[in-house]
This record gives sequence, structure tokens and C-alpha cells, in this order.
Amino acid sequence: MSTVTVDDVAVAVRPGFWTRERRVGAGAVLLGVVAAALFGSLATGADARFTFSEDAGGASVAVNGTLGAVLFGLVAAAAGAALLAGLRARWFIPLLGVAVVGVVLSFLCWQVSAAPAGQNFMPLVNIVRGTFILALPLIFGALAGVLCERSGVVNVAIEGQLLMGAFCGALVGTMTANAWVGLVAAALGGALISLLLAVFTIRYLVDQVVMGIVLNLFALGLTGFLYERLMQPEAARYNQPPRFEAWPIPLLSDLPLLGPALFSGNIFLYLALVLVVVIHVALFRTRWGLRTRSVGEHPTAADTLGVKVLALRYRNVLLAGMVAGVGGASYTLALYTFTKNMIGGKGFIALAALIFGRWSPTGALLAALFFGFADQLATYLSAINSNIPSEFLAMLPYLATLLAVAGLVGKVRAPAADGKPYVKG
Amino acid sequence: MTDVNAPGAPAPRSNPDREHTEAEHTDRAGVAGDDAPEPAAARASGDTPTPADQDGTATLLRLFVRNLWSANTVTVTVLAVVLALVIGAVLIIVSDPDVLATFGYFAARPSDALTSSWAVVSDAYANLFKGAVVDPAAVRAWADGTGGWQPVFAPISETLTYTTPLVFTGLAVSLAFRGGLFNIGAQGQATIGVILAALAGFLLPLPPVVHLVVALLAGALGGAIWGFVPGFLKARTGAHEVISTIMLNYVAVYFLTWIIVQDGVHAPDRTDAISRSVDGSAQLPRLLGSDLRVHLGIVLAVAATWAVSWLLDRSTFGFELRAVGANPDAARTAGISVGRTYVLVMVVAGALAGLGGSNMVLGSTASALTPLVVAQIGFDGILVALLGRVKPWGVALAALLFGALQAGGNRMQSYASVSLELVTVLQALIVIFIAAPALVKAIFGLRAARAARLQTSMAKGW
Repeated sequence: MSTVTVDDVAVAVRPGFWTRERRVGAGAVLLGVVAAALFGSLATGADARFTFSEDAGGASVAVNGTLGAVLFGLVAAAAGAALLAGLRARWFIPLLGVAVVGVVLSFLCWQVSAAPAGQNFMPLVNIVRGTFILALPLIFGALAGVLCERSGVVNVAIEGQLLMGAFCGALVGTMTANAWVGLVAAALGGALISLLLAVFTIRYLVDQVVMGIVLNLFALGLTGFLYERLMQPEAARYNQPPRFEAWPIPLLSDLPLLGPALFSGNIFLYLALVLVVVIHVALFRTRWGLRTRSVGEHPTAADTLGVKVLALRYRNVLLAGMVAGVGGASYTLALYTFTKNMIGGKGFIALAALIFGRWSPTGALLAALFFGFADQLATYLSAINSNIPSEFLAMLPYLATLLAVAGLVGKVRAPAADGKPYVKG
Repeated sequence: MTDVNAPGAPAPRSNPDREHTEAEHTDRAGVAGDDAPEPAAARASGDTPTPADQDGTATLLRLFVRNLWSANTVTVTVLAVVLALVIGAVLIIVSDPDVLATFGYFAARPSDALTSSWAVVSDAYANLFKGAVVDPAAVRAWADGTGGWQPVFAPISETLTYTTPLVFTGLAVSLAFRGGLFNIGAQGQATIGVILAALAGFLLPLPPVVHLVVALLAGALGGAIWGFVPGFLKARTGAHEVISTIMLNYVAVYFLTWIIVQDGVHAPDRTDAISRSVDGSAQLPRLLGSDLRVHLGIVLAVAATWAVSWLLDRSTFGFELRAVGANPDAARTAGISVGRTYVLVMVVAGALAGLGGSNMVLGSTASALTPLVVAQIGFDGILVALLGRVKPWGVALAALLFGALQAGGNRMQSYASVSLELVTVLQALIVIFIAAPALVKAIFGLRAARAARLQTSMAKGW
């Protein structure tokens, strides 16, 4: 967001009545009322049951469809009204959360109650688990983006890093029949794309977005080529990667709902959550983090203070590649064998999650979960024969990000030096 | 540097002193003060001026040879292609288990490894050439009357067919580049273009010529709408066009997969995701008979190249566009509406990409919508624009190269069983090397030259 528009200047001088909070609040009120009216009228009187298990059985919460749709819509509208009334800024995020959850629940009450008889239930364990599984590559990818972009290198090559990680993980994992070796190879594969990104953008000053796009195509072509030449003819030798099995965490995995959904995952799930915490702490609490952020905001100043700008950028870009490479391996070393273009645009959703999460690790996690939820919801809705086209749910992450960058849901601001090559002197 | 200059015509060294000054002189002219002249290297270049050949032709020739091995646009491009082909050859070798096996006993019999490597690589690249330019066997057959003329021109026809959409998307990307915008959304704009062109192609009952024009305009309109959104957002809210166009690409893809299966669009007699076919009256006529696929689109592509070139160099809008691209603040100070220019640039670029998309369904590639109907033309268009140095005629030539690689790649895949994906790798590698001329310069020891740097360094961040 380096472009300063006339609006920015005007806002800075005269805050006015329509602050960001009020605009978002007005939107939430509108959305909530529409949800209550529309979803309420479309919902049936049948109960919408949300079960805490993988099927229709077990403990559950049941809500009358119409009642639930209207009620949750009104809750969202109320949260919006509170924002409109001008509460303090620190209430903004919680109230926005309430509004979003309210609209989603209102929508779900309609959909679940309108499902064919016998299917009026939503197995929450499946939903939560699916959300995390679908969000995994997004979390890794978005963290890779955080590492790169916080130090001032735009990372559009997340897609390529994920793909290369998935490919190397599958290839080396199969050839050595060892998932751990595969994991290391995946990290190195992602780092290879990162290395190209770093050398060409930092050393040769190629435009970072250009390089990212080209590297995506390079990774797509390279993995596709080797897949067709090696993996397809001799799958047993090159493309039957070993799997990391699920590791239920003792005690925690016995928790209701969260236990089976969150604490019975595989190593990648735990790794992703740990990485979010580690990178968050490292970025905001350590010397490395301070230096990274300063290099991303004002490299000249950082250089003046003795930070080795280019070395730090090299290191962070390589680290990012390793993180993304592991994310790619979360496909091939846990779920599927490698196929051509198997990432299929997840890298770009990860980029969206990074931006939607405002370049922070926790924000990226939440955005990735939101996008994963949208993805999982599409699967669920098609399973209950919903009349909502899954394509439109699949568009949701992209549209949400579009709204975010357009400043409709608050201002997103990239690190100031993001995308600018640093030339000393 | 001494080695690479050896091909220069060897002439008797009669006057070293004089040669020195002469070399320095031309060096300065060619290099334009970019690098310090290197007398030692220059002396070794060999074309010693003797008093006898001090005439104009010799100087011109010498200048030509000297400039040939400098990091100018043409040399860097050619060497980038060569480098890409070399890396591609390595990939072909290491991915062939049989050839790789011969490397197992390389120390014992290196000839095995070398001949088998040569065989597999030359087979692949020979087919790449035969599929893209001309197959000598077809020429021989035509000459002695056993074959028709069509097989001779089939490779060219294929090349031009693949070139056509790339010209449009390449122009769409470079036009935006010149206006200071990085249009990654050519893919999405082409997608919406292909949808509207196809809808107009099978929903509207119109007479032949009118139908085609309407379908093309519909495609351009679709692309223009999809270009307008990021342009408008950029102008009004400062939303970075790279992000918004990436997002819109995916929205367009999902819209395409959705609309294909809607009633009235979906082919009634099919169960898979494919739409009805475009009416014959809305299809671009083929130029060389029904056996060869090249169609009117290539003529339109050349016309579009000319139009964009005129727009950029001769029109008021083109001037404003370039001014905004060079320095938006200065342009604003000079009274140019930057926001309006951004919107217009994206609309025109989108319309071009939309036309490129229309070619995918109105041309000979396909006649119905499928989820993959647009292929990669938008992303390839970015590479084409970069390779063409974001100049209209450069883009056309770059599209021709990429079209040739694509056409040749098809033959390579079916005759030499080397996957078509190699073409994607080659294309990406070529552009990587183009984008970093300093690297090519270092690898081949080129002399520095003006205008070698890719003039597209946006480097403005998000």
C-alpha cells in the first residue's frame, strides 16, 4: 500500500463521523438484518442439530431452524449496532468476530434445517478437523510469507515452494522409505525455490513479484516434467511416499470436540501450530525479530545501526522456503501421493491469508482457518445437497481478501519496504 | 573475453598503438560510458585496423562484431534461450532411467553415456524444431510429389495458432506495465472474456459476420469489466493491483466452472463439464483450409500489436499512460488524472486479454467452454511481456517464440516422449535469464551495453 490516495490524506486530517469502526458496524448491521430476514424465511421449522461427534450420534445442540437463523442474524446486527454506536477501538475485533460468527451460524441454521430429512445435523468434529487439515498448507504458506515479507521481500512464490516441497518430500521419502528424510528433503526443496528467489531478487535486483510468478511456473513445469518422466512410469520406486501416522496426544485427545479434532492429528498439524507461536514470539520478542521488522520497514536505518540487511534477507527468505516446503510435505507425507499441480492455487490462498491476516503470524493463522473453514463448508454443503453452489463458497477467501485490500474491512498495510530491493550506499 | 572474441576476422597486426586508441574509441561509443574500457581485451579482439581497410564497411563490420558480443537485448535473449535449452537437456538426461544407467559405468565406458545422452537430447530437440518450424521429411515428400503442401506448413500453422492468444495477453500485461501497473490478472480477464465470447457465440442467433464481431466484442467487454475492477480499486482505495488481480483470477476460474454446468449453457447431451459449442457463424475462419488450424486470430493479433504500438507512441492517452508509469507524482503535478489513467489502462488491458481469451473458444483450439479452456495464456502472457521487453512488437516476437515452443513441445511429447512440461520449464528459465541480464553477462563474459536491463523493474512493493 505504498500509494497514498487522496482519501488517506483527508482521513488523516479530519477523522469525521464515519470511522473504520462505524463503517464496518454499519455493514454488520445490514448483513445481520439481511441474514435474519433472508435465512430466517428460507429456513424450515425442522431442528438444526450440531453434534459433537463424527456422525449423528452423541451429544448435540439442537436449534429450531427458523428461530436460530433469525436469532443469530439479530446477534450479528446487535454487534454491528454496538460498533456503530462508537465503542472503543479495543472492542472492534471481538465485536467484529461476534458479527461474523453470528452471520455464519444464521446461515448454517438455514442450511442444516433445510437439508433432506435425516441429514439435519452437522458433525462438528468432522468440520473442525477438516478445517484444520485444509488450512494446513495455508498456515505453512502464510508463515513463509510472513518471514519473507516482514524482512522486505515479497513472496509470490509460495505456490512454487509448496509444490517443490511436496514433490521433494514424495520423491526422497519414497526412495529412502523414510518419512523423516522426506521431510528434510521437502524443506530443502522449498528452500531451493527460495534460494532462486533470494539470489535473483537480492543479488540481481529482479523485480520480486516478477520473479515470484516466474518461479511458480518454473516449479510447476519442473515438478510436472519429473512427475511424468519418473513418477508416472515407476510409481513404486519414486512415488509411494511413507506416511506420518496420527499421533494422539495423551489426555488432550480425550477432550470432547477438540480432542478428536485437534489433538489427534499428525506431526504437521502440531508443527504448524508450534511454528505460529514460535514465529510470533520470535518476531515480536527477540532481537532477530526486531531486526527483521526494521529491515522490512526501513532498511537504510537498520543498515545504519549495523544490521546486515542483505544477509538477514537471504536468511529469512531461505527459512521461509523451508517452512513452505514442509507445508507442501503435509500433502505428500501424510495424505496423498504426488500429482501434477497438486497444490492447485493453495499458495495463492496462503498469500491471501497472509494479507488478510495483516502480515502477522497469528492473523495469518486465523485467516488460514477461516479460509479452511470456507473450504470445508463447501464440502459439507455439497454432501447435504445444498442449493448453494460450492463455487461461490470457494470464491469466498478471494473476495474477502479483495474487500480487505480495498480497505472496506479496515486498512491493511504491508511492511513499508516490502518489495523494494535494498542497494547499499 | 579473449576467447569469445576470437571469431572476429584475424588481420595482421601492423600498428598496435593505433589499434589501441581505435579500440578504446569504439568501446566508448558502444558502451556509452557504462564500464571502463578494457584495452587489453579490446586489443585481443583481433580486427586490427590497417591503413588499407580504414573504409566505412570495415568499421561497420567491426562495430557489429563488437556489439554482437555485448549484453544487448538480442544477444542476451539468444543466450538466455541457449542456456535454457542446455538446462532442459540436463533435465532430459537425468530424468531418463536408461541414459542414467549408462552413467553408472561412466568411468569404464564414457562413450556409452555420451552417445545415449546425445541421442535422447537431439531426438527431443529435433522434434521440437520439426513441430515448430518445418519437418524436412514433409518438404522432401512434397518435392517428389508423394505428399501435399499441407504437412510442410502444418508446423508453422500450429505455431501461429498457439501464438495468437499469447500476443493478446502479452500486450495486456505490457500495456499495464507501461502504465506502472503489474497486471497479473490477464488470466482472469481472459477467463471472463472466454465466457462472454462463448455465451455470445451460442446464445445469440446472428448472421455470420455480425455474429463473429459481436462475440469478439463480448469477449473484449468481459475482459474489460474484469480489468476495470482492480483499476478502479487501485484508483479509489489504493488497493495494490497485484493482490486484487490475483484474487480476481481465482474468482473468475470458479465462475467459469460454475457457469459451465448451468442450464442453457451446459451441453445437453454430455455428462461432463462442457458447454454447448459456439455456432459456426461466430468462429474465426481458418486461413489455409480446414486441414491447418491457423485462423483469422493471428491477423487480429498483428492488428492489435499495431494498435497498441500506435496507442503507446502516438496517442495522447499513450503519453499520459507512460507519464503515469514513469512517475505518478510528476504526472499528477502535470495535470494528468492518475486515477483515471489507471482505470483506463486496466480496462484496455483487460479488453486485450479478453480478446485473447475469445481466441481460445472462437478459434480452432476449442469451440466449447471447459474448466481448462483458457489454459495458461494469462500467466504465459506475463512471461511473453517480459521476454518482449514490454514493447508491442517485442511482445509479438516473444509470443511467436513461445507459440513455437508450445507447438514443438506437442510433437516432442508424442514423438520423443519427452513431457510437454519441459516447455514450461524452458519458458520460465528463458525469462529468468532475461530478467537477470547481469547473470547472463557474467556467464558468457559479455561486454556491458546500454539498455540491457529489463525496463520493467516495478519494485514499488505492495
